[in-house]
Amino acid sequence: MTFDWPTALPLIFAGLMGLAILIYVILDGFDLGIGILFAAAEDAEQDTMIAAIGPFWDANETWLVLAVGLLLVAFPLAHGVILTALYIPVFVLLVGLILRGVAFDFRAKVPSGKKHRWNRIFFLGSVIASLAQGYMLGVYVLGLDVGLGGMAFGVLVAFCLAAAYAAMGAAWVIYKTEGELQKKAVRWLRTALVLTALGMAAVSLATPFASPRIFDKWFVWPQMLYLSPLPILSALLFLWLWRQTFHLPKPDDRHALTPFLTLAAIFALGFAGLAWSFYPFVVPDKLTIWQAASATESLAIILAGTVVVLPIIIFYSFYAYRVFGGKATDLTYD
Amino acid sequence: MDPLILSRIQFGANISFHILFPTITIALGWVLLFFKLRYNATNDSAWMRAYFTWVKVFALSFAMGVVSGVTMSFQFGTNWPGYMEHVGNIAGPLLAYEILTAFFLEAAFLGIMLFGFRRVSNRVHTLATVLVAGGTTLSAFWIIALNSWMQTPAGFEMIDGKAHAVDWWAIVFNPSMPYRLVHMLLASGLTVSFLVAGLSALRYLNGDRSESMWKALRTGVFTAAVLIPIQIFAGDQHGLNTLEHQPQKIAAMEANWNTGPNVPLVLFALPDEAAKENRFEVAIPDGASLVLRHSTSGVVPGLNDYPGNHPPVFPLFWSFRIMVGTGLLMLAVSWSAAFFLKRRHSLPKPLAMLMVPMALSGWLATLAGWYTTEIGRQPWLVTGVLKTADAVGPVAGSHVALTLAVYLTLYVLLLIAYLGVLVHLALKAAKDGDSSPLPGVMKTAMSQPAAGE
Repeated sequence: MTFDWPTALPLIFAGLMGLAILIYVILDGFDLGIGILFAAAEDAEQDTMIAAIGPFWDANETWLVLAVGLLLVAFPLAHGVILTALYIPVFVLLVGLILRGVAFDFRAKVPSGKKHRWNRIFFLGSVIASLAQGYMLGVYVLGLDVGLGGMAFGVLVAFCLAAAYAAMGAAWVIYKTEGELQKKAVRWLRTALVLTALGMAAVSLATPFASPRIFDKWFVWPQMLYLSPLPILSALLFLWLWRQTFHLPKPDDRHALTPFLTLAAIFALGFAGLAWSFYPFVVPDKLTIWQAASATESLAIILAGTVVVLPIIIFYSFYAYRVFGGKATDLTYD
Repeated sequence: MDPLILSRIQFGANISFHILFPTITIALGWVLLFFKLRYNATNDSAWMRAYFTWVKVFALSFAMGVVSGVTMSFQFGTNWPGYMEHVGNIAGPLLAYEILTAFFLEAAFLGIMLFGFRRVSNRVHTLATVLVAGGTTLSAFWIIALNSWMQTPAGFEMIDGKAHAVDWWAIVFNPSMPYRLVHMLLASGLTVSFLVAGLSALRYLNGDRSESMWKALRTGVFTAAVLIPIQIFAGDQHGLNTLEHQPQKIAAMEANWNTGPNVPLVLFALPDEAAKENRFEVAIPDGASLVLRHSTSGVVPGLNDYPGNHPPVFPLFWSFRIMVGTGLLMLAVSWSAAFFLKRRHSLPKPLAMLMVPMALSGWLATLAGWYTTEIGRQPWLVTGVLKTADAVGPVAGSHVALTLAVYLTLYVLLLIAYLGVLVHLALKAAKDGDSSPLPGVMKTAMSQPAAGE
């Protein structure tokens, strides 16, 4: 493969889109997860949990807009094909995101008697959005096949992803809180980890059988050898984190962020495995990233802007996280 | 039903719901900055109370804007895949720049603006407010550039049915873009002025005479009084620009069936597209020629020049009149209120009662204006390049109908909840008056708890 811009740009954009999706899944994963855990929390704990994500959720969701935006602008053909095939799940996802997004604000501003209603809506919206994302992922993995088997696989992935988000949420609560709530979050994390591990195992087993294409991609020598660190490393991290949950929280709150970082690493590994399974397709078996890409001159002008702006975005995102670093306190406008 | 009509209704419903909230946040960001800067300059705590009342409205409106905006980014693909397929090379980069330069800026600094008051210095907090306000305005810039390009496309060439960029400057600053941007920014300013004035009038009617109420009321009324004549002038210029570039839209707006001189200005009519005539017409002779050509014998384009290729007349005619009528009402109300506040230092009760429903007049005028310009682009999605019917996706009508029903229900409920909260916040502020607890304003930041500390 010789290097030229028409070849390189779609590849670069596929990478950027992958990065945006990964960042989105990790960041919005923890705030969606906190929404899922809302069902298990007391009133006062709910306020603290909201305080732990309040300043961030909006920026977290912007990564989804960027990911979909990059799909839209860099691979317009794929955007149309994927989203029309996933019409109903996308709709369900959007309803979930709308409900939870506004519930955030309404619950703090309505007369106190109505707060419960918005808490419930926040929980429901988070669950719906997580399940819809998982379902879409499952159907996408099978090449947008929506037969009965495809739907069953989608449902399996949906529960797995919701459990994984709940684990992320619990890990974030461990990082951002202290005392009883923190101990409770450790127990949540343990339960969510078991569910996630079961789900992941089921999905990993089902995937190669549900999709012959992925079977061929996974079980070919010597690729199998290069690929093997991904599942092995993920499994090791899982086990290690599982053991850690018995020692948390630690004196002086050491390693409070470790569970979250470990989960983020597991997400990244899983994501790398997915990327490997799909390359070079953006719509499985139908469109490669080069077939679906926008015109070179359009990609070039977006890339120019991205190269300048993305580091700035990452810089001020870090700054925002730093400003609200430390344990979550009451979130007020003053 | 036909998926095309359903998709149009669905997208129209979503974008109508969405635009309500950016229309508020674009200008409210700057109003908040004004409150903050007045506080910084005067140390008068009433400014800060006004800030804290309205920053809550900003937060809620922003959240509503974000969630409905996320919906839109998906709907390009779910409902209009043909759009990106044909003009994605132009629309893509403009949308990408909106996300990269505006969305992240707003989202990251919104947290600091809303909750960071005790966590950063007053100076950084002011800066965060500037960045959020700047971000919302920048976002308007990019999206108006794209919308205007769809109205008056420029700077591109067609290769195999796909638009390719030739001159980005010409694409962004296409012929209608500067007019539309100014018109929209002023519309946002007016919407917020009337919202602030209207909710302050509600507080006034509830017996609130606190300093923060007066400050917000004056800000709203005087800003509206200054902006409305500018808006009427800008709107007129925008109309002349449309006459030059999209004459068929003007013909439909004026319900003028035949090209010619001495065209009357129709004040009231029921345009009948089948018979190609106006029923129950009330008109000023030579009025349209005078307004559009500045001469009674000026030739105004008529619908007969665009057979089968012009927008529907009835909705255009009426949405345009609703916008202009609302604008004139805004002029009357804001100038009377400004007169009483300036000369009498009070507000007559009937006027205050009129100002409360007028809080939403900006929404009405903005929606009517957008309906005029967007329906006025039909049957084209991108004028002369892509027809709306050729961009719709292969989704079954029943799916679109089902999702449309749910979206509409959701939007109506959210709108009721939103307006309920605005009234609740106003009444709460009225009850608290100047005794509401004022947060400590500090010149320096509180010490930061480090992670794990």
